[in-house]
Amino acid sequence: MIELARRAVEGTLASGAGDAEAYASEDAGREVRVHGGEVESLTAATKRGIGIRAWIGCRVGYAYGTDLSAAGIAELASRAAEAARIADEDEFAGPPELPVRLFRDMTGKGAPEGEEALELSDPSLAATPTAEIAELTLEIERAALGADARIAGVEQAVYADSAERVAIVSSTGIEGEYERTDCYGYVQALAEGDGGRETGLGFDLARNPAALDPTAIGREAATRATAMIGAGKPASRGCPVVLDPTVAASFVGLIGRGLGADAVQRGRSPFAGLLGTAVAAKALVIHDDGLDPTGSASSPFDGEGVPRRRNALIEGGKLRTYLYDAYTARRDGAASTGSAGRAGYRSQPAVSASNLIVAPGASGFEELLREAGEGVLVTDVAGLHSGVNPVTGAFSVGASGRAIRAGEAAEPLREFTIAGDLVSMLRAVRAAGSRPRWVPFGGSVSTPPLLIGEMTVAGS
Amino acid sequence: MSALIEPALAERVLSRALANGGEFAEVFAERNAGLTMAIDESRIESVQSGASAGAGVRVLSGGTTYFAHVDGLDPDDVGRAADEAAAALHAAQAEPRPLRAVASTPHAIEQRPSEVPAERKAELLRDLDERGRAAGSEIAQFTASYAEVRREVTVANSDGLFAGDDRTRVRIGAQAVARRGDSVETGSETLGGHRGFELFGDDPGRIAAGAARKALILLDAGPAPAGSMPVVVGGGFGGVLFHEMTGHGLEADHVQKDASVYAGKLGTQVAPSLLSAYDDGRMPGEWGSDSIDDEGTPTQQTMVIEEGRLVSFLYDRLTARRDGVGSTGNGRRESFRHLPVPRMTNTYIAPGEAEPEAMIAEVSHGFYAASFAGGQVDPATGDFVFGVSEGYLIEDGRVTRPCRGATLVGNCLEALAAIDAVGNDFEMKTGVCGKAGQKVPVGTGQGHVRIQAMTVGGTEV
Repeated sequence: MIELARRAVEGTLASGAGDAEAYASEDAGREVRVHGGEVESLTAATKRGIGIRAWIGCRVGYAYGTDLSAAGIAELASRAAEAARIADEDEFAGPPELPVRLFRDMTGKGAPEGEEALELSDPSLAATPTAEIAELTLEIERAALGADARIAGVEQAVYADSAERVAIVSSTGIEGEYERTDCYGYVQALAEGDGGRETGLGFDLARNPAALDPTAIGREAATRATAMIGAGKPASRGCPVVLDPTVAASFVGLIGRGLGADAVQRGRSPFAGLLGTAVAAKALVIHDDGLDPTGSASSPFDGEGVPRRRNALIEGGKLRTYLYDAYTARRDGAASTGSAGRAGYRSQPAVSASNLIVAPGASGFEELLREAGEGVLVTDVAGLHSGVNPVTGAFSVGASGRAIRAGEAAEPLREFTIAGDLVSMLRAVRAAGSRPRWVPFGGSVSTPPLLIGEMTVAGS
Repeated sequence: MSALIEPALAERVLSRALANGGEFAEVFAERNAGLTMAIDESRIESVQSGASAGAGVRVLSGGTTYFAHVDGLDPDDVGRAADEAAAALHAAQAEPRPLRAVASTPHAIEQRPSEVPAERKAELLRDLDERGRAAGSEIAQFTASYAEVRREVTVANSDGLFAGDDRTRVRIGAQAVARRGDSVETGSETLGGHRGFELFGDDPGRIAAGAARKALILLDAGPAPAGSMPVVVGGGFGGVLFHEMTGHGLEADHVQKDASVYAGKLGTQVAPSLLSAYDDGRMPGEWGSDSIDDEGTPTQQTMVIEEGRLVSFLYDRLTARRDGVGSTGNGRRESFRHLPVPRMTNTYIAPGEAEPEAMIAEVSHGFYAASFAGGQVDPATGDFVFGVSEGYLIEDGRVTRPCRGATLVGNCLEALAAIDAVGNDFEMKTGVCGKAGQKVPVGTGQGHVRIQAMTVGGTEV
């Protein structure tokens, strides 16, 4: 991989670029879909490709391709240079500056002295036979079906995994390579009762399939689906709201997006101008940590080869830093926070959070409900991609959950919305729960449930 | 149009795919090339040129689909995909039928985007930028994007089908941010089609002006109302309402798993008789059109609701075989890396008889959702949610002040039954629809539609 990336950099320089960077990746993955006790589909996937950034003066362009032959790479290199010539000049454009820590070790384990090695790859994943992961997926479905008599069926039970190898090389001296394995399982259960039907999702993620708990995944889906039977609409009002971890994660993901320096610098973030100021209640502490060994977005270095690190974003109620890649850092006279994200070789690097981690508080879930008194527990939100204004942070999203009466979870609720704006919501956080959970929605987020002092609920 | 893999190679691959048995095998080959760029802060940036090629092979045996995909179209690559798809099977070799080519005519492209100099595309974006910024001094930010892609596909299967398509799509988008004191609002517009660069011949700058207008209007907006009330939905992208509310529930995979509220309702009245609706993958030049679907079935016009009666679901080959019907040409896939599933193409509510002005005049207190930012539905329960990007109060039969941050929530069957007027106007818009982790281009369309009662989720209780 690294040899390929080196050749791509050389080819791009030969095409007239002043600087070049190549990102190569190779990925082997599997997916099992199960329905009605049978394997519906079994997929084996291999992907490999390369993406090149070319800089000509202050212009930058990007090209990607899957043809890794010598001719293919030469053609790709010239397309990257051509793309750079189309772009306008931008004084801040350029590859990351040295010195950055180099990772020449094949797996990214070559951490400097005094730092722990980052182990992201579990060889047992690829060694697990396909028959075993098929059985695991069937077990997830059975667990959902068997958890409750009111479960009428399962839409789909899914297992997917990937073993990925990434290499990055730049003309400024960056060279790195790492491997990572990931897998997840989920199931959508259907419950029937009270003349209606409800769905519920259960999921888990890990570095190898043996670490997934099929019973817990199935049970969670069943519990979520049956809990919604007989749901009605809440009365429209402002009231305390408890967000369960899956819902809290979606909002934390939105906050992470707003903290990207690109959005801030271009005046398109609700957090613009708020650096160093009080933006949240003290109960809410959020870090970005690209080196958490259990996080699914962890890697030794980011999408342009800058070492990942742990960044305090919101702490003591104050906004501590924005997230920077090399470009936005240069523009603000700051240092990169190792936040150049990349969705694969087909996407050029762009600022994004790695793993967002909300610090757990002292209250158990029941305590949060007690503290809320009279309000609403939100267990699911829908329409986040259309119901949020990323510039202002104003949101209005569809929700379902339960009423909170006298400090306890009461009747199920559906077809209502919660509305407000992100900054007001951060200020209204009254408490964080004590048990965090990894949630893959809205990025990679680890968060406990959160109690918000007041939000607008619209129902009947 | 030349095939990406020759019939002789396709036959060998299909035979290898069936080496360990199976009732059906298919090879889908694809080559795509695209260019995207954007203008931001009046600077051309994010210029990206992409090219990829690969193949996906699937084998059906019993109720299971075995699928493998590889990057690259060398005979070795494609053969490897066939071997991997067959690897988990253990029966005797099955024989594919000899291939016979199915004629299909790709949609006509007048001006291939790849033959248009890049500088003209940059100029188009600069024009949009100028138009958007000229809309008013309160326009603080303006961005626009350009995308072109050419996707050539060849599909062959063990039933003897051999077909291909050559698809070119272009799309531009504009987003404006307006600012007045502490108020910041956004507006966006898009224009796209299964077309070449000729699509931009007719005043493409109007989308920049439209995006700016929406953002400026919202500066005067108040909070959205909260509660249940009559809702009039605008034409064009208002069709996303029908797409989410009904279209997804008609996709046969959801229906067959009994995970659709429309399961068991074929032939019954699900909407008032003033409503008829279609899915049509043939519409010339439309964003959601193709000449064949991704299984080689010619696209078609399918009436799904006839005067309120549910008359057809949307099928790919697999779900059609289960129901003993023919595919409706809705087997679509994001790329060779995905399995085909039943998907909408261009879905729309046919024009009705009501005058849009009269539909509003009859409402004493309600909400006018002129345009949506998007929507989402759970097909199993029918619960849906839509984000309103441009909305107004209706007071005493008139559209009055703009509202920000409104969301519509409801249930499909209830909302569909509550439609009491369909306008005689009509417009199609472009969208990108996500399902099962796959994104495909879809068209949505309708005229004005009125729903007697729906929950509007705003902040003003």
